Amino acid sequence: MAEATLADRAMPVRGSGRVGTAWWGMLCLIATEAILFVYLIFSFLYLGAQSPGSWPPDGPPALRLALPDTAILLVSSGVLQWALGGQRRAEARSWRWIGGLVVTILLGTAFVAIQLLEWSRKSFAFADDSYSCAYFTLTGLHLLHVIAGLLALLVVLAWSICGRLRGPLFEQPRLAVLYWHFVDAVWLVVFTAVYLAPRIS
Amino acid sequence: MATTAEHLTQAEKARLDKTWATAPGLFGWMGTVDHKVIGIRYIVTSFLFLLIGGVEALVMRVQLAQPDLHVLTPEQYNQLFSMHGVTMIFLYALPILSGFSNYLWPLMLGARDMAFPRLNALSYWLFLCAGLFLYASFPFGAAPDGGWFNYVPNASRTYDPGPNIDIFALGLIFLGISTTVGSANFVVTLLRCRAPGMSVNRLPIIVWGTFTASVANLFAVPAVSLACAELWLDRNAGAHFFEVSGGGQPLLWQHLFWMFGHPWVYALVLPSMGIVSDALPTFCRRPLVGYTAVAIATVSTMIVGFGVWVHHMFATGIPVLALSYFSAASFVIAIPSAIAVFAWIATIWTGRPVFKVPFLYFSSFILMFVIGGVSGVMTASVALDWQLTDTYFVVAHLHYVLIGINLFPVLGGIHYWFPKMTGRMMDERLGKWAFWLVFIGFNLAFFPMHFTGLMGMPRRVYTYPAELGVGGLNLTTTIGAFLLAIGILLFVVNVARSLAKGAAAGPNPWDAPTLEWSVPSPPPPYNFGVIPLIASRHPLWEDRLDDIDDRSVLDRGFLLDEDRETLGVTPLDAEPDVILKMPGDTLLPFALAIAVTVLFAGLFAKSIWLGGVGCGAVLVVLTLWFKPVPEPLEERPRLYG
Repeated sequence: MAEATLADRAMPVRGSGRVGTAWWGMLCLIATEAILFVYLIFSFLYLGAQSPGSWPPDGPPALRLALPDTAILLVSSGVLQWALGGQRRAEARSWRWIGGLVVTILLGTAFVAIQLLEWSRKSFAFADDSYSCAYFTLTGLHLLHVIAGLLALLVVLAWSICGRLRGPLFEQPRLAVLYWHFVDAVWLVVFTAVYLAPRIS
Repeated sequence: MATTAEHLTQAEKARLDKTWATAPGLFGWMGTVDHKVIGIRYIVTSFLFLLIGGVEALVMRVQLAQPDLHVLTPEQYNQLFSMHGVTMIFLYALPILSGFSNYLWPLMLGARDMAFPRLNALSYWLFLCAGLFLYASFPFGAAPDGGWFNYVPNASRTYDPGPNIDIFALGLIFLGISTTVGSANFVVTLLRCRAPGMSVNRLPIIVWGTFTASVANLFAVPAVSLACAELWLDRNAGAHFFEVSGGGQPLLWQHLFWMFGHPWVYALVLPSMGIVSDALPTFCRRPLVGYTAVAIATVSTMIVGFGVWVHHMFATGIPVLALSYFSAASFVIAIPSAIAVFAWIATIWTGRPVFKVPFLYFSSFILMFVIGGVSGVMTASVALDWQLTDTYFVVAHLHYVLIGINLFPVLGGIHYWFPKMTGRMMDERLGKWAFWLVFIGFNLAFFPMHFTGLMGMPRRVYTYPAELGVGGLNLTTTIGAFLLAIGILLFVVNVARSLAKGAAAGPNPWDAPTLEWSVPSPPPPYNFGVIPLIASRHPLWEDRLDDIDDRSVLDRGFLLDEDRETLGVTPLDAEPDVILKMPGDTLLPFALAIAVTVLFAGLFAKSIWLGGVGCGAVLVVLTLWFKPVPEPLEERPRLYG
């Protein structure tokens, strides 16, 4: 008669990174969102390629705000990755983790503010022509992703401060960090397509 | 070797049952995350949409039965053919396959649920809400009326100022969320939630089909969501993506739509081809011929399927070089399809066919596939396509493809797995009547359409003059359509009758080889008492097939009865590497679907207030969804035997 026994060796529960399932789910989300940006950049470039006049109509957009903005986002990714090391090791609340998280959120907020500032200085409005609507839609969709990433980081910060995310047990911080890196990587592509490509051609 | 999972002690079964059972009452009904319940809901809901889309088709066939009829106004006709297409393609054809896969995957793969059970419930509720959203304006005579492809500038604010197209654009984005989360769930489930030993070379073909379709959906759906968002901005915010006056390009819509649309039509057929590849061998009493070739053909169809979208646009005036490339790619895609066809024919040829109802559907499916495939290869030729495009020839082709390759396997598949889902057999005699009516009605309706098209009758036009000389052909089509409808009605009657008084099925009424037939019919909420150990592609036929030396173990292994638990395995070789804790009943998926519905209602009404409430609710539910729950880092799993 067969009966139930306890295995000799323990197995991880839920797992972390590629051993768990949440990480794979996040990869699916990132893949589908990345391809969304690919299609939007395709729209942008297609409208440009088919445009009878000059594209962008007023010449390439200025880099004075966009370049520092790009740097801010890249630094925020680095800070967050560094901070994650603190979350992994610490059994209790880690100042490295919480501090790094706060700095990242501040840098992300600065990115949003500078982007909005650049928008407000544009000489064209959303509904002017195909360039203007494609420009605002592309940078706007990215901005929405930054805001979504910021909200996720804020929630993770709140959980961390309340002590709900102690130690290496939880996957949420790693997922939020992964998403934030994705948002940054997408910006490099958007930045190249919108700001750099018109200068080359 | 035991061939069923009926071996645990009563106490063990009761314990698992208590852990996994859905709560009774309204809470359980709204909160269940059981993949079997969700799968059946998907099938029932999308079948209802099939009936609605079918009635729309019948009304159109009455209008077209004779020349110069005025049963419908042109506006009504536009809405009907648009909603017919939208319903069949978006609300029936993919969701019903999601239903099959939702129900079958964990049972075929040897898991206790999908990787993300709550996401599974969410994708169903979103599908239901998006379907209702798309139909919300129908009673007011303001349904989408730009066809399922919704070309601009016809669909622009200038030419279609009503709410019709806004419902279409928002509804498709809405439905896209459901498709995306569902697809992600399938992808992760395949990679991680299988029984030990269920390595990639042992997967049933429907798993290959749905996995391929799901990966494709992740990469294709954003194209149509984006196109719809751009159209919505054009119509409501004065954007110029497609609006020529401001430098927009109408052709951009067609590119984005078909970049999505063509992979999507393969997503509508690959899982149903998988149904045939898995179920047909049962009725041929032998394994599928050329398993590896069929699996590779499935994946390669999809890969090539991403490179053929322009064959929908041959008549739009694009450069000859592009025409040549896309024409060649469209010819190439016939090769993997032909491989699958030859594999099915060889399976029947070298097998000992049993002429049960499912076999009738599956074998006639092959015939329909060949007819639809040949007319498809014809339109891959640019010169011929210029003559055929926008005529009824294309309507005939796409119905042979979609009804032949999707509906026939679905009807056969329902016959085949109905005993597993309900514990009762469907009636054979009634089933045969329904089959012959469907088969004859379908061919009577759609085969003449090839000629209607060759004689020059254009699609999407509400009537035609008598001088065109296609009145007789159209009347034949209408008669065929009604025969098909009677067949479907008989099918529904059969389902209803068999639910009440069908013969008891037992675990494996067809003597089939795959894992889902090792568990009782209907399966217990936990699927498998012990997680099986898989040694071959045909766990239940191992004793009678000569070339299998190993034996699967179904009655000993991981018991995992501490909590709602299942096993996570490595992606390729299926070595167990983690215990996955599964969620129980929860209202979060339902709440999130309602929140998203409010958000889309806000977008439609252009109400910041309503949209804001929806958006806020989405954020709150998502936060609750990801709330950290403390768990042990590791655990010693309970084994059995």
